[in-house]
Amino acid sequence: MTTPARTPGAVPRQDTGTDPARSAAPVVSLRGASVRIGGRTLWSDVGLDVGAGQFVAILGPNGVGKSTLLKVLLGVLPPASGEVRVLGTAPGRAGQRVGYLPQRRSFDPSLRMRGLDIVRLGWDGDRWGLPLPWSAGRRDAGRRIAEVVELVGASGYAHRPIGRLSGGEQQRLLIAQALVRRPELLLLDEPLDSLDLPNQAAVAALVGRICREEGVTVMMVAHDVNPILSRLDRVVYLAEGGAVTGPPERVITAETLSRLYGTPIEVLRTSDGRLVVVGQPEAPARHTDRHTAGGRP
Amino acid sequence: MTGALAAVTAAAPPWAAWGGAFGHPFFQHALLAGTAIAAAAGLTGYFLVLRAQVFVGDALSHVAFTGALAALAFGADLRIGLYAAAVAVALLLGGMGTRGRADDVAIGSVFSWILGLGVFFLTLYTTSRSAGNGSAGVSVLFGSIFGLSSAQALTAALVGLGICATLAAVARPLLFASLDEAVAAARGVPVRLLGFGFLALAGVCAAEATQAVGSLLILGLLAAPAGAAHRLTGRPLPALALSGALAVAEMWTGLAVSYAVPRMPPSFSILAAATAVYAATYLPTLRRRPAV
Ligand SMILES: Nc1ncnc2c1ncn2[C@@H]1O[C@H](COP(=O)(O)OP(=O)(O)O)[C@@H](O)[C@H]1O
Ligand SMILES: [Mg+2]
Repeated sequence: MTTPARTPGAVPRQDTGTDPARSAAPVVSLRGASVRIGGRTLWSDVGLDVGAGQFVAILGPNGVGKSTLLKVLLGVLPPASGEVRVLGTAPGRAGQRVGYLPQRRSFDPSLRMRGLDIVRLGWDGDRWGLPLPWSAGRRDAGRRIAEVVELVGASGYAHRPIGRLSGGEQQRLLIAQALVRRPELLLLDEPLDSLDLPNQAAVAALVGRICREEGVTVMMVAHDVNPILSRLDRVVYLAEGGAVTGPPERVITAETLSRLYGTPIEVLRTSDGRLVVVGQPEAPARHTDRHTAGGRP
Repeated sequence: MTGALAAVTAAAPPWAAWGGAFGHPFFQHALLAGTAIAAAAGLTGYFLVLRAQVFVGDALSHVAFTGALAALAFGADLRIGLYAAAVAVALLLGGMGTRGRADDVAIGSVFSWILGLGVFFLTLYTTSRSAGNGSAGVSVLFGSIFGLSSAQALTAALVGLGICATLAAVARPLLFASLDEAVAAARGVPVRLLGFGFLALAGVCAAEATQAVGSLLILGLLAAPAGAAHRLTGRPLPALALSGALAVAEMWTGLAVSYAVPRMPPSFSILAAATAVYAATYLPTLRRRPAV
């Protein structure tokens, strides 16, 4: 990746003084929202406003319902109570204006489909009927796909079979797939998961650049906040009883997190500006989180 | 691949004999029904392979056998049994697997039981209707494409055409749902409905194909052309079209060979052609291997 990583600890670009989410109409807003899965309430009384162009991280222990929050925003799962609005309409109604990258997808190594074909699914995969081979739409599709592949820096390998690409290369193509219809809101579920450190930094820089330069609002679920810390406008820390929202330096503190989880939690800052959260509770007795993976089983 | 096709067609007699073939109604019917069934099986098979549901085709072939014999045992039209059983079981498999994707264990446990049931109906049929058609079991198992009436051929053609048209209409959303279920669902693609609908369509296709190649050989017509197409190109829509085209070409080759060599049953010739093409897609790999 060519984009230089910003120095950790840099001042977030918005969120100084007045909260922009209050001035303009929010891209995402939740009021007293709660969600139930299989008769169990995952989280409740969550309120949140995300303004246009913000980069927001969704944090919290495993199994707390971070992925589920994205599913609620996508309209795949209805909230049990409360009000949820996305881009000024009900969840699931904004269609292509929302781009989505689900958690931990990888493709079967034997899959011969090219990266370009996977990106193309994001362009017209939801259309019925067959495309006419000579239509103007086909040229537009080719141009836009090439453009977005270039944007994520995948031009060098987008024509290769997706199953043979590395995790970082697949992740960039999947981000391209999510971006190809020019969404206003990008929902990313642990895109840095299972990438090595250089790739984590590169993909984080890419997402930061998309947010800044393309003006796309980004909500990213993250297991580790550090790779994106310097780029964040705000974080949402999710817990069973609710959520706290705000700029990272105000939310990721010992007092806030201890209050949120009702148990003593320490936040350490290393000399290079990284935050380490100690004593964060894992969600009640469950094995690893079960996700229905997209792609092929 | 073209080499293999040429090799198979080379076994056919000189072109002089061909005018005769098209003059026979049985051959016209076989060609009409065979083309439509092959195209439908080729397109359906592409998605079965993509969705790792080839075993659904296998299960459906057993079910088709049982359904047909159950219909015969109860004195009904064989085709009612074929369709009802294949579609019902396809939907059942969809319901058992999570989110409209049938899984291997579900399929494995259902289809061995159903094959046993088919044998039971066969016994019932042959013992209770001693005057009836004793070869019904064989015909259902191995097909009777040279024995189709014009009405049967027309029905097969229409059903095959319907399957092809439906698959073309849902091709892109079904592709999206097969490769990327979560994103497709988020973009408003009715993933579950498509999963069930596709399996129902595979049931119809298996029931129809049973009449051409027989229930035991359906799997070959569903899997071989699709497997070859998947190996030959990675681009989804061209691969889908190629799968249909290969199936039709293999059907024509099989029919031609069996017409020319009457001792070769058409089911055998058709699947020999299909298998030859599939095997031929491995040739480039074999040639490359010593260099590696
Ligand atoms: N489809 C589902 N059926 C049953 N339980 C589910 C389903 N999806 C998620 N869960 C459960 O909901 C909880 C929260 O899941 P998730 O949102 O994936 O957590 P996170 O992303 O924060 O790790 C987990 O305990 C998980 O097991
Ligand atoms: Mg998750």
